[in-house]
Amino acid sequence: MSALLEVKDLKVSYGSIMAVKGLSLTVNEGEIVTLIGSNGAGKSTTLRTISGLLKPVSGSIVFKGQEIAGKAGHDIVAMGLCQSPEGRRIFPRMSVRENLDLGAFLRNDKVAIEADRERVLDLFPRLRERYEQKGGTMSGGEQQMLAVARALMGAPKLLLLDEPSMGLAPVLVDMIFETIIKIREQGITILLIEQNASAALDVADRAYVLESGIIKMSGKASDLAKDEAVTKAYLGG
Amino acid sequence: MMKLRRSKTPKAGASHKKWTIGFSIAALSIWIFYTYIMYNLPDGPQTIFQNWLPPTTVNEAMVWVICALGLNIVVGYAGLLDLGFVAFWAIGGYSAGWFMSAFFRQVNIHIFSPSDAADQPGIHLTFWAVLGVGGIICAIFGIIIGAPTLRLKSDYLALVTLGFGEIIPQVFTNGENIAGFNLSNGTKGISPIDNVAVPGKILGPFDFSWKFAIFVFLTAIMVFVSLRLRKGRLGRAWLAIREDELAASMMGVPLMSTKLAAYAVGAFSGGVGGVAFATHVNGIFADRFNFSISIILLAMVVLGGMGNVWGVMVGALLIAWINSTGLPAFGDLVNNTFNTSINFPSYNFLLFGGVLILMMLYKREGMIPESRLKAILHESDDETSNLGGSH
Repeated sequence: MSALLEVKDLKVSYGSIMAVKGLSLTVNEGEIVTLIGSNGAGKSTTLRTISGLLKPVSGSIVFKGQEIAGKAGHDIVAMGLCQSPEGRRIFPRMSVRENLDLGAFLRNDKVAIEADRERVLDLFPRLRERYEQKGGTMSGGEQQMLAVARALMGAPKLLLLDEPSMGLAPVLVDMIFETIIKIREQGITILLIEQNASAALDVADRAYVLESGIIKMSGKASDLAKDEAVTKAYLGG
Repeated sequence: MMKLRRSKTPKAGASHKKWTIGFSIAALSIWIFYTYIMYNLPDGPQTIFQNWLPPTTVNEAMVWVICALGLNIVVGYAGLLDLGFVAFWAIGGYSAGWFMSAFFRQVNIHIFSPSDAADQPGIHLTFWAVLGVGGIICAIFGIIIGAPTLRLKSDYLALVTLGFGEIIPQVFTNGENIAGFNLSNGTKGISPIDNVAVPGKILGPFDFSWKFAIFVFLTAIMVFVSLRLRKGRLGRAWLAIREDELAASMMGVPLMSTKLAAYAVGAFSGGVGGVAFATHVNGIFADRFNFSISIILLAMVVLGGMGNVWGVMVGALLIAWINSTGLPAFGDLVNNTFNTSINFPSYNFLLFGGVLILMMLYKREGMIPESRLKAILHESDDETSNLGGSH
């Protein structure tokens, strides 16, 4: 297994407040890796820095063998690093179709785009039913599906999922996590950011526990799920 | 598996077709009326038309339409609030002043200029070239003002554009002696402007119906370009930025260049409108350009329906007419009938302000809404049960 994404000693700050204080993590090709931690631990900051929306103070981010720290967001998307953002952020006044079109904004390969469109609509049959409906009029679960589907339209090598279970009913949470496994089966590597640690540890191969901007623990997801400290802090044990 | 419904696109296409036909018929009827019918009418009806819908009002309204369509790209498509659009109108106007008159006496340049300007000094380009030159100068200014400021969030961007809209007219007002160089002739302005030459004819300042035809032609180009851009990749990027800037950038939309493109295209049409305006009034005068023009243009876009070219066109025609003719004519009618002396035109901003407030309260999507806006503002009323945990 080769490393698809390698983050080394990443430091990110908002003004004088250091949100991420020297984080290192690796995502190998074909893996599902999860980054868990409580609210404010720096999960979303890490993810936003990886996708180029924030500039790190120091540290390196290597994706597909190339340094991407500080690169423009659209260049990073073009390399195949797409994300489904926290809070879904679908385009509310656009139809499902138009949202998916925008997911493929940087691509010109019409045939492959149409193939991907069919693929994500097979993955989320609900979106096919709602194809011409405006995103803003759909339910939270449908919007989350759309956010993931839209990210998949960018033909990612690495898919970043930021809190995909947030605000969803338990049955929908299960459905989303099942889909995450299906997405991996299609050969897409996934970095999953979650507050719902038990569900995340269930689907992930490896996990990192983030606390106040530092990686506190890391290892196989199944091991961490049994770890006493993790159970106590994040799994309500 | 290709049974995806694509109902939206054909419907929107059909509506554009209907509007295009309506626009062409209306423009043609007005042109025929002003060319052949109006001046042959008996005195009575002719006076009514001269009072309520004189050709000069119609032509000026077309200039407003061109500028409003430009602002619609910035505000309606890309969702960037611009409170200083008057600057582009002014720069376009002065482009006509510089390149279509005897103003720069120190040089003597003639490029396809109309034959009646052949023996004059100064720079004389043909009107058609100046449209492009004025547009390009404005686009460059749009990029210059946009590049450092488009990083700002909406309210701050609006403030910077407001400042730009104040500065440019001031530069022209005081530009009579910039280190010895006369840029704008100060408050005296630049007049006259060269006549417009069309094949076989030179249009004097009072050839209203021909100029009307030219302005309609320019408007048609603006509409065509707006609709094409809207459907294309750039249009999609603008809409995405309007909806959610952060999400757009996550999809790989390059924010800066996309916003700059909106500014440049909008400014270009502001410049075209400015050149058209200069030939319409046969001169360019600094005191014409003030903040109220930016606000009226914005009102046209909002009233008509942000993002919908046809709505913006109707809004612009209506407000331009009320402003220049409708309100004064209505005032005269009331004053004559009831023997009063109310100064109706002075209440125009009260009227526009009131209309804008009412629109924001009761019809936020405008008179002729963009289908997209209408859908979200009304569908959401009866489908709120569906919204669940969304935010």
